[in-house]
Amino acid sequence: MREFWIIFKQAFMTKAKTKSFVITTIIMMLGIVLMTNITTVIDKVSDLTGSGEADTLTLLIEDDALYQNIAQHLNDKSYDFTIKRAKQDEQALIDEVKKDKLDAFAKVELTTDEQLVATYQTSSMMDDKGAMLQEILQAIQTEKQAEKLSLTQTEVQTLFAPVQFEEKNISASAKSEAELGQARVLVYVLMFLIYFAVILYSGMIATEVATEKSSRVMEILISSVSPVKHMFAKVIGIGMLGIVQMILLGLTGFIAVRTSSATGDIGEFMKFSDVNPMTLVYGVIFFLLGYFLYATLAALLGSLVSRIEDVQQMIMPMTILIVIAFIIAMSGLGNPELAYLKWASYFPFFTPLVMFMRVGLLDLPMWEPLLAIAIMLITIGILGWFGARVYRGGVLMYGPSRSLKDIKKAIQLGKE
Amino acid sequence: MTLAIANVTKRFGDFTAVDNLNLTIEQGSMYGFLGANGAGKTTTFRMILGLLTPNEGHVLWNGKPISYATSPQIGYLPEERGLYPKMKVEDQLIFLGQLRGMSKGDAKRAIAHWLARFEVPQYASKRVEELSKGNQQKIQVIASLMHDPKLLILDEPFSGLDPVNVEMLKDAIIDFRNNGATIVFSSHRMDHVEELCEQLSIMSHGKQLVQGSLREVKRNFGKKNVRIKSDFDLTNLANIAGVNEMKTSLEGAVFQIDDEAVANTLLTNALAQGPIRHFEIEEPSLQDIFIAKVGKEHA
Repeated sequence: MREFWIIFKQAFMTKAKTKSFVITTIIMMLGIVLMTNITTVIDKVSDLTGSGEADTLTLLIEDDALYQNIAQHLNDKSYDFTIKRAKQDEQALIDEVKKDKLDAFAKVELTTDEQLVATYQTSSMMDDKGAMLQEILQAIQTEKQAEKLSLTQTEVQTLFAPVQFEEKNISASAKSEAELGQARVLVYVLMFLIYFAVILYSGMIATEVATEKSSRVMEILISSVSPVKHMFAKVIGIGMLGIVQMILLGLTGFIAVRTSSATGDIGEFMKFSDVNPMTLVYGVIFFLLGYFLYATLAALLGSLVSRIEDVQQMIMPMTILIVIAFIIAMSGLGNPELAYLKWASYFPFFTPLVMFMRVGLLDLPMWEPLLAIAIMLITIGILGWFGARVYRGGVLMYGPSRSLKDIKKAIQLGKE
Repeated sequence: MTLAIANVTKRFGDFTAVDNLNLTIEQGSMYGFLGANGAGKTTTFRMILGLLTPNEGHVLWNGKPISYATSPQIGYLPEERGLYPKMKVEDQLIFLGQLRGMSKGDAKRAIAHWLARFEVPQYASKRVEELSKGNQQKIQVIASLMHDPKLLILDEPFSGLDPVNVEMLKDAIIDFRNNGATIVFSSHRMDHVEELCEQLSIMSHGKQLVQGSLREVKRNFGKKNVRIKSDFDLTNLANIAGVNEMKTSLEGAVFQIDDEAVANTLLTNALAQGPIRHFEIEEPSLQDIFIAKVGKEHA
């Protein structure tokens, strides 16, 4: 057991102390803080760049009364822009917009039959003043038409009263809309973390093992500690590194969300108040299981190559498995009840992402995630046993080995 | 503390890497393995270390098979590298020392001692990849002997070292032997083996071609060298019966003979042609034996 801890510590410490690890962790933590405060950041940025100019809309109107009417409406409701009457003709305004001197302008006309016709011309993609102007013009036209038909204010309101419409999902496994919205975001974030961590850390293991082999440290290591012990110490050591990193990111995220200055809907949304805490528990479980499953596989594959350059090629099939799992899980975010998702969620290499997505978005009966977890545990056990056999021989194999066929050779060598 | 290898054969599929190897190494002695690449030296070392199990025969250390329980008593220097390129020298040596059963404090003391002895204390906090090949080799040697092993296995310990460092390392190894350690090493350099080893094996294609003490090996070889230095042409002497081979050098020639009697004939004939400045009957060098034995196999 002593050797196990020595290797565990070495695997953990040498990686944790590297500059790249420290720097990426800090960058990711900053990224989380930035993302949770994104609304504040955007406000601050627009304050700084002083986009006051953009908040005035130039109108080309012949009718004085109509202009006054629009101004009146702008004052009544709290639109965050003002209007100004154009002095130039339409062509001059178009030129100004094209030259970026003007954001946008609108030409508003009143036809003979009291219909409003407006053309809104803009050079910007992100402009909502047009929509707001349309709203105002709609109101003005409604008023005018009501007047023409001699309708009272109340009659108009009755006419435009919206229907009471509520959507409810009564399927047993569905969650409420509010819950689902938040769960979707949380599941998406966690899924991404799991995906990212599994790819990153299993790749790290394969590279570590290959480095030890190519530098022949492996021969010294396995002459003092059995290859199997070495493999598991390595997998758990790097796993611990992953856990520490995830805890750091999780804590940062938690604190950032709690102290976030975001208000209103987004602020409410980010508190994840409606999310089932079990989602987080499942997130942790599937993160750990996914990691151990893929890390064991990565150690097995890493033990087969003797040059670091061949690692990527060797772990390619494994990487593709993770990517497929991610794509399947992503496809289910919109509709988690599709039949193929159910089947995919029991395939151990897909479970960490697909089952997590399902359990996060649906109210599944308890046995479903438990069964998937059991299947994963068994697979990890089998892979660990098999991996240990390959590893014993693999670490002694040198030469141009970069295909999966070498697994057989490695087992043979390990037995001898 | 005897290392005994008895009737050991190791096959990988159809390929026989080591074929019926037999040898005994007494405590406090140094044993040399000579052999071309692929002769089976590394496979033999791996079997001694217990990394590979022989198909036939057995390896016993002190009467018992080598296992992980005995690993603190064993030091191993693998051929080339054998260190983490990105780890700092001291961290790395502490790690490897701990794996061989040392405490952290003992490891630190041993590292300080050995770095000083090899005149490289300034590298303690450098990363291995920053060092020259020769200095890496020194660190690797420290890794193999810092825990005071009773059995030291060195695969090509002198490769990449300059003559000054080779001497430094030889001294360290001789000290180790004098303190009672058993040392096994392989080398391409015949002179090192000749200088250090009481006993040796020459291997080729997994077979042990020659085995025994240096003196026995030389005596059993049966051939001797006659070195003659002279100013006139000696080539016609090669035709004398009993001369196997002749190599000319700037100052004269070396003749390989089967029997010491031939030496007299050589001398008489040489003197008949003119004055000679030097005449000597030499023991064959290990180099000659190696080339004669292994070269024949290759041809």
